[in-house]
Amino acid sequence: MTSMLIVGVGGQGAILFSKILTEALVEKGYDVKMSEVHGMAQRGGSVSTQVRFGKKVLSPIIGLGEADILVSLEEMESARYCSYLKPGAIAIINRYRLLPGSLADGKESYPEGIVDFMSAHFETHLVEAAAAAQALGNSRCMNLVLLGAMSNLEAFKDLDWETVIRRSVPQRLLDLNLKAFEAGRALPW
Amino acid sequence: MPKHLYSGNEAVARGAYEAGVKVCSAYPGTPSTEIFESLPQYEPALYCEWAPNEKVALEVAYGASIANVRSMCAMKHVGLNVAADPMFTAAYNGVGAGFVIITADDPDMHSSQNEQDNRRYAEFAKIPMLEPSDSLECQAFIKEAFEISERFDVPVIFRMTTRLCHSKSLIELHEPIEIESKPYSRNASKFVSTPANARRNHASLEKKLADLEAFSNASPLNQEIDNPGATIGVISSSVAFLYAQEAFGDKASYLKLGLTFPLPMDRIRQFASRFERVIVIEELEPFMETAIRAAGIECEGKAMTGKIYELNPQLVEQRVLGIQKPYVACPIKLPARAPSLCPGCPHRGFFYALSQNADYVICGDIGCYTLGCAPPLNAMDSVVCMGGGFTLAHGMAKAFEMLGDKRHKVFGVLGDSTFFHSGLTGASEIIYNSSSVIPCILDNRITGMTGQQDNPGTGRNLMGGSAPVLDIEAILRSMGYDKVLVVDPWKLDEVKAAIKEALDHEGHCALIAKRPCLLIKGAPRTARRFAVDTQVCKACRKCLKLGCGAISMKEGKSSIDPVLCGGCSLCAQTCPFGAIKEA
Ligand SMILES: Cc1ncc(C[n+]2csc(CCOP(=O)(O)OP(=O)(O)O)c2C)c(N)n1
Ligand code: SF4
Ligand code: SF4
Repeated sequence: MTSMLIVGVGGQGAILFSKILTEALVEKGYDVKMSEVHGMAQRGGSVSTQVRFGKKVLSPIIGLGEADILVSLEEMESARYCSYLKPGAIAIINRYRLLPGSLADGKESYPEGIVDFMSAHFETHLVEAAAAAQALGNSRCMNLVLLGAMSNLEAFKDLDWETVIRRSVPQRLLDLNLKAFEAGRALPW
Repeated sequence: MPKHLYSGNEAVARGAYEAGVKVCSAYPGTPSTEIFESLPQYEPALYCEWAPNEKVALEVAYGASIANVRSMCAMKHVGLNVAADPMFTAAYNGVGAGFVIITADDPDMHSSQNEQDNRRYAEFAKIPMLEPSDSLECQAFIKEAFEISERFDVPVIFRMTTRLCHSKSLIELHEPIEIESKPYSRNASKFVSTPANARRNHASLEKKLADLEAFSNASPLNQEIDNPGATIGVISSSVAFLYAQEAFGDKASYLKLGLTFPLPMDRIRQFASRFERVIVIEELEPFMETAIRAAGIECEGKAMTGKIYELNPQLVEQRVLGIQKPYVACPIKLPARAPSLCPGCPHRGFFYALSQNADYVICGDIGCYTLGCAPPLNAMDSVVCMGGGFTLAHGMAKAFEMLGDKRHKVFGVLGDSTFFHSGLTGASEIIYNSSSVIPCILDNRITGMTGQQDNPGTGRNLMGGSAPVLDIEAILRSMGYDKVLVVDPWKLDEVKAAIKEALDHEGHCALIAKRPCLLIKGAPRTARRFAVDTQVCKACRKCLKLGCGAISMKEGKSSIDPVLCGGCSLCAQTCPFGAIKEA
């Protein structure tokens, strides 16, 4: 069984990411469970979803030291959830920083050393999703760039991504999202 | 048959539809909200609505049951406190057709003000209770719930938790069953709760509970999972069962309980007798453990698992089996990402104005606007429960009166959905027992916090139809508020002037800050954006006092992220140097 954590900041599209991922896994015949915590409507809070798949999944959630793969849509958020990872797990990190409200007054700056710390303990893959999304003219599709990058992992090799993306994204955003996915898939790994 | 990923909430809705439910009423509340958000797709097979509050929802569903159609209501755990009154008596009376009360508890308080364990309500109100563990069981058990309700002539509590409500797992879809309704005829001795009838009904409820315990002992809702050679016997229910199963694996055998009130005590006794150790795995209160002990059966549980916050497989493993998986903690201090009012949120301006005077006492309430308590606004003295804003304020004002304290000015602040939920009674209290409280309604034209549900003030209903708009201003006037000031919270001068006018007013004055939430689908939005002229900005940080997520200090000057800016102009109104202008 594989346990995953998809984390980011509210509004970054972690839920859509997880939705496409889980549906592709279901198509492939896996037992799948996904857990999300939502409630507060406002944007800007830290968000996480958990995805587990395999022959049979029991609990929808995991605890410390149990995840095999982390996908972080924002740099610092990867470190916030790192204790949920098995030592040596795979961490896919978007090299993108969102300033939290608590730093708005400029008295402290964005924490440094996150990527070094993550790389020291985990099999870390850095993804420049912001640049790829901007090249497509819409920074909102960073989530699909990351999904594309992640799809290169052995565990996801032969999933039918395109069919599921076509089903999950509104028509007017489909082209953009498919391109974002392909751009992510083509990024150096 | 194709399998579909459904959340527990979606699966309950699907199962209820398949069970032929006809009338459904709820008030939104995390983690229960999506049950009702996924009901309108089953129209016209069923009717569903957002009620103004949970008590109304439970009564509506009970009324439908008396009229012989299957019905249900749903609410978050604290909602059942509001709905408790009719529930206790409905238990005495019994039902017409199947009547199910869904409570969604929130262990760990992901989105709640407490983590009360509503299983206690089943025992307290003498109502049988079902607890599913995953989406498949949500779909199946809700059907059982209607059957049990009809067979034993009782309401049934259907208890869920956040991790069940918001976790998706696979289910198969079935066709709805056709149910023939019995024709209605009056049955006053059953449904008119006079003391004489209630005495008789209480006795028959006790008899029903005895029958239900026998049923529970035989029911396949409670099942044993045997692992040969296991020396530990685990008794568990709800999503905690899955945690236990993952933690203990085949080291234990399991008694998995789906019908947890009345507990199947004979089965438990028999199961327990086969093991050296019997461990109860349950979240929050020792609900099962205490009852099992009281029946003279030895078991362990809460001393190891703890009774606050939620569990997961790793916590069960660690606390019960003493196994700690290795993990890496981050040594770098990470700044918090606390939720805050959206940039451009209509609530911000009102709290900013109130935050300017330290003598203002602000009794807040529950909704997005609770975030008025957060720094840098820090504009709140209390938040307890929905509707408490006006009434706590009245109590504080009376206390200040008794103390001869004229310095403190008390405001009660709540939202539009909260006003219709339980603010109406507080608004009448302020008039009837005359206090100086200024009730304020932050009318953002929607139920914001729980994700955009309609309410009696919005002009739409759950099924997407149009509805009459209840006029908050007219309601307040009719109650006796001789001055009701309606202001635009994006205009700070207007808000400040209204606060002053309200404080100076001799009679009773109420304030309404009216502007739609920015997230309402299809609501008009301004395209204007604001920007800082760094030449003019003197880095006084006054604009940061608004706590707007679009504003931050960059290279020593204030800066606005144009993607995040909601165009409210509050920052431009607060800048003493005119450095912030429309971009
Ligand atoms: C008794 C009870 N029921 C439901 C909830 C869940 N809940 C919290 S805030 C809220 C809605 C608040 O809406 P409104 O008053 O319009 O304020 P807004 O969030 O729009 O600012 C609800 C339903 C609760 N906390 N307590
Ligand atoms: S969701 Fe609406 S009411 Fe809630 S914080 Fe955002 S803008 Fe304000
Ligand atoms: S930056 Fe200024 S105008 Fe834009 S949302 Fe924030 S306070 Fe309003």
